[in-house]
Amino acid sequence: MLNSLLTSSPKTHIDPAAQLAAVPEKSRAERTASFDVADFPMPHGREEDWRFTPVDRLTGLLADEPTDEGAMTVEVSDSSVIAPPLAAGEGVRGTALIPGDRASALAHAHSRKALHLLLAADTEYAEPVRVQVRGAQGKRSNGHVVIEAGANAHALVILEHTGSGEHTANVEVVVGDGAHLTVVSVQQWADDAIHLAQHEALVGRDATYRHIAVTLGGAIVRINANVKYAGPGADATLLGVYFADAHQHLEHRTYIDHNAPRCKSLVTYKGALQGDGAHSVWVGDVLIGAEAEGTDTYELNRNLVLTDGARADSVPNLEIETGDIAGAGHASSTGRFDDEQLFYLQARGIPEHEARRLVVRGFFADVINKIGVPDVVDPLMAAIDEELAVGDTA
Amino acid sequence: MATLEIRDLHVSVDTENDTKEILKGVNLTVRSGETHAIMGPNGSGKSTLAYSIAGHPKYAVTSGTVTLDGEDVLAMSVDERARAGLFLAMQYPVEVPGVTVTNFLRTAKTAVSGEAPKLRTWTKDVKAAMAELRMDNDFAERGVNEGFSGGEKKRHEILQLELLEPKIAILDETDSGLDVDALRIVSEGVNRAQGKDNTGVLLITHYTRILRYIKPDFVHVFVDGKVAEEGGPELAERLEEEGYDRFLAARV
Repeated sequence: MLNSLLTSSPKTHIDPAAQLAAVPEKSRAERTASFDVADFPMPHGREEDWRFTPVDRLTGLLADEPTDEGAMTVEVSDSSVIAPPLAAGEGVRGTALIPGDRASALAHAHSRKALHLLLAADTEYAEPVRVQVRGAQGKRSNGHVVIEAGANAHALVILEHTGSGEHTANVEVVVGDGAHLTVVSVQQWADDAIHLAQHEALVGRDATYRHIAVTLGGAIVRINANVKYAGPGADATLLGVYFADAHQHLEHRTYIDHNAPRCKSLVTYKGALQGDGAHSVWVGDVLIGAEAEGTDTYELNRNLVLTDGARADSVPNLEIETGDIAGAGHASSTGRFDDEQLFYLQARGIPEHEARRLVVRGFFADVINKIGVPDVVDPLMAAIDEELAVGDTA
Repeated sequence: MATLEIRDLHVSVDTENDTKEILKGVNLTVRSGETHAIMGPNGSGKSTLAYSIAGHPKYAVTSGTVTLDGEDVLAMSVDERARAGLFLAMQYPVEVPGVTVTNFLRTAKTAVSGEAPKLRTWTKDVKAAMAELRMDNDFAERGVNEGFSGGEKKRHEILQLELLEPKIAILDETDSGLDVDALRIVSEGVNRAQGKDNTGVLLITHYTRILRYIKPDFVHVFVDGKVAEEGGPELAERLEEEGYDRFLAARV
């Protein structure tokens, strides 16, 4: 009888839809991509790419409307990287990002000029470039940012989202050959904010791209982080950390389009959920094209459900069109907080709230280590501790 | 001088269909420096006793008392019991992924002693204790019990016993799954802790072999949820020869 107590078998739950979606009706590559808003009708919620999202709360933001006056302020820490803004089709704008949903098409259509951050070729930026985006309550914005790293540039760009309002946003990233670029997007919105974003990177030959999504605040946050390759030998890492509280919907969709030979990709997303109506979604699509010989890819999503009433959806999809790959795998699991871990730590004198903190920090430890940037990690750990403190008093 | 006193303890667990009484009136007193062996067949309730004293929520105490130096242990939370000076070396320690042994030990030590240990002496103490238990240095940076072998988990339990310095330690089948060398190393750790801190030890075991290394002052034979017979070390020797048949036959 003791065995039942002591075999800790964390209840793993994968959304049943995941099994179905593992064999999609058609290739991920066939999904609509267009600069024209009219190509994306208002979603009703049964579409494959909207089926987890509370679209009934998005009718305002998905209306074809321009940006409100004073909806948003944007501050860039290093003015030397600000290049003249780009109109549609001007410079690299539109070479990496073609909108994949209505929100992204709106962000494009209503951004006459896009903020253009240009990281000079062969330049190593010692300090992170910080972009502070602050939204105003009750207002909507549509934004498009182009981040261009020249060949062999080394840089870290941190986008920090705070404030309120409703926002569609595109982040278009062009990584030059041999460049090393890390783009961090931190979502620390107020409780009522809505943020629908497409972050799309075109990664050059032998370049290294890292995209890190940290999503903690906001009513509805949905980030589609996509990668495709401009040449062989490139390496893309997509990392994510999220913490969903009561009534928060935090959704991350990653899509790696392996369209070039001998490229690598690694996707690691981890999330914790607590409180009634906390909802997280992770959908990880990987397409290995016929031309992508020698591809090496792995994607992983893990969710830790801390309380009753929270729901995590996790759907990995892997399409392989070539027989010659170096590696391809995925893993996805959602587990309840393990009370046996709590008992073990408490039996060593550690008070319950601190034991919980240890377990949650431990859960995130590997993705935090992968992020490895103190500028990101330190405030993130502090924010997670704060989230847990809120959970304690709730 | 500490005293753990268990009086007429009755404990139940909820099974699928009903509630089952597992402990049916246990009486036991363990004092500082004493070693008590609790022996008995599988399913007699030995481990239930261990987990009930530690406060595992699965076990419901329906009557009886457990006190440590007169303080009501049953009124304390799990962590309060540990801070009061109780320690349970578990049979199946759970993994806590991503929490390093170093971080865990320091957090636990800080909790039980009420203040953070002095960094320099603490690091030295941990290293020395690990060396005595033949644990590699890289152990300290691994996740708690994460991917540990059975023997490594047991050493890690005894490492905690040595570092946390409890008044009373309950060892739940610490000998199970250990080869002869590991059994000796782990037993020496228990003896060191007792010699240094005058710990009272409650040693739960199915087999007599660990008693070659840890000498009991008292032996209690546990059958069907209570103590069926008590004696000195000679009782263990008799059990080794006769097994538990004598007690099990009596129940039929």
